[in-house]
Amino acid sequence: MATGTIHEVLDIRQDTCPITFVKTKLKLEQMQAGEVLEVLLTGGEPLQNVPRSVKAEGHRIFKVENLGDNQYRLLIECGISRE
Amino acid sequence: MDTDTLAETLPAGLTPEDLKAGGIIPQRQNDKVVIRCMAPGGRITAARLHKIAEVAEKYGSGEVHLSVRMSPEILYVSLQDYPLVKEELAKVGQEIASCGKRVRVPTACGGCEYNPNGLVDTQGLALEFNRRYFGQDHYHKFKTAFSGCPIDCTRARESDLGFQGQVEPELVAEACSGCELCAEICPERALTMVAGLPVRDVERCLLCGDCLKICPNDALVAGRTGVAVYVGGKHGRHPHVAYPVAELVPEGEIFPVAEAVMAWYRENGRPGERIGLTVDRVGIDRLRRVLKPLIGPHLLQQHHIRRQRWRSVFWAGAADAFPHYGEV
Ligand code: SF4
Ligand code: SF4
Ligand code: SF4
Repeated sequence: MATGTIHEVLDIRQDTCPITFVKTKLKLEQMQAGEVLEVLLTGGEPLQNVPRSVKAEGHRIFKVENLGDNQYRLLIECGISRE
Repeated sequence: MDTDTLAETLPAGLTPEDLKAGGIIPQRQNDKVVIRCMAPGGRITAARLHKIAEVAEKYGSGEVHLSVRMSPEILYVSLQDYPLVKEELAKVGQEIASCGKRVRVPTACGGCEYNPNGLVDTQGLALEFNRRYFGQDHYHKFKTAFSGCPIDCTRARESDLGFQGQVEPELVAEACSGCELCAEICPERALTMVAGLPVRDVERCLLCGDCLKICPNDALVAGRTGVAVYVGGKHGRHPHVAYPVAELVPEGEIFPVAEAVMAWYRENGRPGERIGLTVDRVGIDRLRRVLKPLIGPHLLQQHHIRRQRWRSVFWAGAADAFPHYGEV
């Protein structure tokens, strides 16, 4: 379970789909199960697609924060460790 | 070549209409025909595709055209080679499609099998529909389309009979963390957070399922799942938007509904009339009455089609043009 520690931060606010969820996926693949990734992204298409693919890949989003100005912050607990 | 000239060149007993039933379409060029291959849902095995390519090189111009409704068409085949072409294609189980006044090969998107948005097995449904009804005669062409979700890539609303996957989200309140993600991403702005929980506006919700796919806690789950049914759409010279007839019809009712709609068309249609025009002439309520015993609770009523969601899927003028849906 996430303890409040953030292990990695990924800012994809300048990226468009599908780079947004490819970057997120690759980042999570480098992390260990239980570690926390913070993702900064914009509303609209990235928000529609990134959380959905993160969930489908077996990770857990445990916090979504609306930062205003069409910006969002996701906290994701990595669900799969790849040895 | 016009059809009269073609008729003169045909072997005795074979009319251009017979030819069309077999998916042979006369070309502009003398004696050349297009052979339309059957590919329900636009899906085809590599072996069949290889064979089609081989036949196109051997008997045609070496080119294939993909028809706007997903059938590979072999171009520039000589009419007298047709029996050989048919035999060649049959070796790998490749059948010939139809044209003319009959049930056409259905189109379908990837649906739930491999498209992330899909909610129903459109490919399986298209195959089965084709197996059951392909080639049946009607007053006019009869085109069917299966779309996996309300995005409607195969244009169910422009088909004589169209189906569109739908799912009704259901909230498991105990599992909800109140993260608001569902409300943020709902493309219809149908979810509002009230006391930390999403509340769905049924007037706006399009039953697309985006919210349950995104919910990180599986607090939104699939409730009733099924298809929206549209009847009477077409494109062509005089495009006609389909009548929305029912929603969340369970998959198991799709073929009974299709049969009832086609039987109704046989009974009420006129030669040369597409089903949409039959509905215009005879009235949507007559068709709704026939469907009531099958899918009564799923039939759309007047208050449904006046909802924002049904208004929003058509341009405003079309929604206003729907006749009054009476009590059936
Ligand atoms: S209709 Fe829906 S499921 Fe089918 S291809 Fe389009 S988005 Fe995908
Ligand atoms: S099913 Fe689609 S339209 Fe309905 S609330 Fe969920 S996201 Fe919005
Ligand atoms: S996305 Fe799920 S957990 Fe978040 S508010 Fe909606 S229903 Fe609740």
